[in-house]
Amino acid sequence: MRNPQLNQHGELQHLLTLDGLPRDILNAILDTAAPFTEVAEREVKKLPLLRGKSVFNLFFENSTRTRTTFEIAAKRLSADVVNLNINTSSAAKGESLLDTVDNLCAMQADMFVVRHAASGAPMLIAQHLQNTGRDHIHVVNAGDGRHAHPTQGLLDMYTIRHFKRDFTNLTVAIVGDVLHSRVARSQIAALTTLGVPEVRVIGPKTLLPTEVERLGVRVFHDMREGLKGVDVVMMLRLQNERMNGALLPTPQEYYKIWGLTAEKLALAKPDAIVMHPGPMNRGVEIDSAVADGAQAVILPQVTFGIAVRMAVMSMLGSR
Amino acid sequence: MKDLDAEALCRQLAEQIRPHVCPATALVGIYTGGLWLAERLHAELGIAQPLGAIDVSFYRDDYASKGLHASPKKTEIPFDVDGAHVILVDDVLYTGRTTRAALNELFDFGRPARVELAVLVDRGGRELPVAARYCAHTLAAPLAREQNLELQRDEAGQFGLKLTQRA
Repeated sequence: MRNPQLNQHGELQHLLTLDGLPRDILNAILDTAAPFTEVAEREVKKLPLLRGKSVFNLFFENSTRTRTTFEIAAKRLSADVVNLNINTSSAAKGESLLDTVDNLCAMQADMFVVRHAASGAPMLIAQHLQNTGRDHIHVVNAGDGRHAHPTQGLLDMYTIRHFKRDFTNLTVAIVGDVLHSRVARSQIAALTTLGVPEVRVIGPKTLLPTEVERLGVRVFHDMREGLKGVDVVMMLRLQNERMNGALLPTPQEYYKIWGLTAEKLALAKPDAIVMHPGPMNRGVEIDSAVADGAQAVILPQVTFGIAVRMAVMSMLGSR
Repeated sequence: MKDLDAEALCRQLAEQIRPHVCPATALVGIYTGGLWLAERLHAELGIAQPLGAIDVSFYRDDYASKGLHASPKKTEIPFDVDGAHVILVDDVLYTGRTTRAALNELFDFGRPARVELAVLVDRGGRELPVAARYCAHTLAAPLAREQNLELQRDEAGQFGLKLTQRA
């Protein structure tokens, strides 16, 4: 069976997950993103690639940064952007996901950027479009349940490549709430595909998925041990709102054991970079001094995110 | 194109431009061959303004049908475009569509006082109202659509013109 994200020529048709996406496509997206970073410096921050196209941001779950950067990316490509806040619209009145999609297709949508609490929702939409012969409409997953957040994974890879150049000699640590994190899944998939020799996940047993080792990572339950000698520290947000049941003691206690402080960061390589997908819980998973420190590249991540999303949309948008 | 000496044509082009160089003159090369040529002209003519480079991938008019060009390069315009006397440099002038795309892109950086076009070879076959002010050689008869003419640069930095046949 062919990868549902690729068309019959092996080109990107939808972006749903980084899992199983070939290395040459990942590299093509990263290479394409590089020249888009320059557009932000121009007098006119607009390119004509998606002129006349309509991009619908379908956010069934709250998001500020992701939705905003997708919107900026689409607007810099000259697309018309329509933001649908589904909490206050038809879904709240009981319309099904695919009925919503069909209605927006009737309004000549060219691309859907979808965030949904249910894993697999963007895939469902992509399959529906394929089944109904609407191959010219593209779907970009902006985060689904615990499954994937591919553009976040891509912008993280762009950031690592920007600061470290080469993936094949790196040790990368992903720290925190891996269990609830679609970001971590996308990061692990991309890092492995791009040839990072050692990917570590660091966290308490209650916040790591069972058999996480099968993803090809080394597991550490001791943060100090896990951070030793790493080149990249990727912090995850403690997903308070997803937490049910007593997985954790208190945020203060979590910070004591799993919070990234200058003292713990000193165990990594001296030139290690610190990343965070945002929004940060200062004083829970990361200390303010580290978040604002010289090794943090958290704000460049946001800026690169626009270029990466422009690259993805412009690679999809022509077909 | 055995009879075309790219090095000699490059020198001729420089001499055509030289009398018109002023302090406001700035060169912008179009990737890839045009940029090589612009680098050479920039040094040869002692242009004071830093050299610019344009990749027109994001402005091409065949994006909708052909998609995005693989691995586009960064466009860099390191001088103030407002009021500049810009000379766009390309290796071969053909349909004029690349020039159109480069002009559109250039104007997103500001309003130049004047824009001129310099090319090594005009191969004919224009599809847009575009003409080069500086041109080292115009082919007597336009090349066929299947033929591709482009500038090459060897390891020693020497220029050559290569004619290939598209399948």
